Amino acid sequence: MTQTTTPQEDPAQVAAFEARIAAGESIEPKDWMPERYRKQLTRMMSQHAHSEIVGMLPEGNWITRAPSLRRKMSLIAKVQDEAGHGLYIYCGTETLGVDRHELVGQLLDGTAKYSSIFNYPTLSWADMGVIGWLVDGAAIVNQTVLAKASYGPYARAMIRICKEENFHKRQGYEICTVLANGTPAQKAMLQDAVNRFWWPSLMMFGPSDTDSPNSAELLKWRVKRKTNDELRQRFVNLTVPQAIALGITLPDPDLKHNPETGDWEFGEIDWSEFFEVIKGNGPCNRERLEARRKAHAEGEWVRAAASAYAAKHSARGAQVA
Amino acid sequence: MSDSQWPLWEVFTQGEKGVPHEHAGSVHAADAEQALQNARDVYARRGEAVSLWVVPSTAIVASAPSDAGPFFDPGNDKPYRHPQFYVAPRGVRMF
Repeated sequence: MTQTTTPQEDPAQVAAFEARIAAGESIEPKDWMPERYRKQLTRMMSQHAHSEIVGMLPEGNWITRAPSLRRKMSLIAKVQDEAGHGLYIYCGTETLGVDRHELVGQLLDGTAKYSSIFNYPTLSWADMGVIGWLVDGAAIVNQTVLAKASYGPYARAMIRICKEENFHKRQGYEICTVLANGTPAQKAMLQDAVNRFWWPSLMMFGPSDTDSPNSAELLKWRVKRKTNDELRQRFVNLTVPQAIALGITLPDPDLKHNPETGDWEFGEIDWSEFFEVIKGNGPCNRERLEARRKAHAEGEWVRAAASAYAAKHSARGAQVA
Repeated sequence: MSDSQWPLWEVFTQGEKGVPHEHAGSVHAADAEQALQNARDVYARRGEAVSLWVVPSTAIVASAPSDAGPFFDPGNDKPYRHPQFYVAPRGVRMF
């Protein structure tokens, strides 16, 4: 799967395309691009959009049980943002010549992938804090770099998203801070959530570069600007001091600061868990897809009603004219 | 009907009074009214716009990237359209 051009593509055209990328130019929807670039972007962007949509489910789980009106308003706004982010990226993906309808179909029939993190359950209120802090924190690290991706519509969607993710992360960290300064039971609840979400958050950056089949090509075309391992290290370096400030521990006995590199070195990631979740065997994979299918089916009458209303009004408009 | 795919609309937002509308992205909607509402919910949740335009995507005609060179050429080969083309006497303050 390392083939970068299909035989019928003109090598001169490919070379000109790659020269534009190397010169830091932005590729726009109507520009010529290798089929493989289009395909890789469609795959990556639609997975990203699906992740935003499925990402609403673990948090939606706590809206009715938020501990205060303030927290409830924030959580509703955050979940609404995730829907918006999904739409920004679906809109960007459609500029590559694919219909959102088709992409949503791939999500619902289980052929499309989405971020492994959303297949973990949200068992306590502390999970809302930890997801905002760690999961949105990891997303920010990833998306800040994607905001410089070579494909214009993707980069522009990321810029929009990054602005909003900062609210997500801060509201999450605020929840963590309050719990960390709360009763022993609240502190224990926070520690338990961190213990469950720490490793899956590190896995969000994807397999190690040595095992990532798509990385080299995506880096060459500047869809990605940094490797999975570089981004993961950056996230760990940013996050460890935040964990220390909270007075909680991270569930990694091998975590230690290297004064020479400035990096927080971490232990071995259990990649077998990651690949199991990706394959569909995570704790909540089936539940998430069922929830999406149910929501889609139950929304059908709304879509049908809006279409009927539009048809009726355009018919009336035609009569008047 | 098992599902429906509404038409695509391009969304333009004006960030504040006095600046031009800029392309923000697109939404799917059954009609113009719904397109405006969807555009508001997707692209203006935090006061990003004081005005919105929605335009059916099919109504947009765009120049082709492959013709960009020759198409814009008439604008590039006329340096006498720029003030720098003209020489002003030394010491005279131009405005």
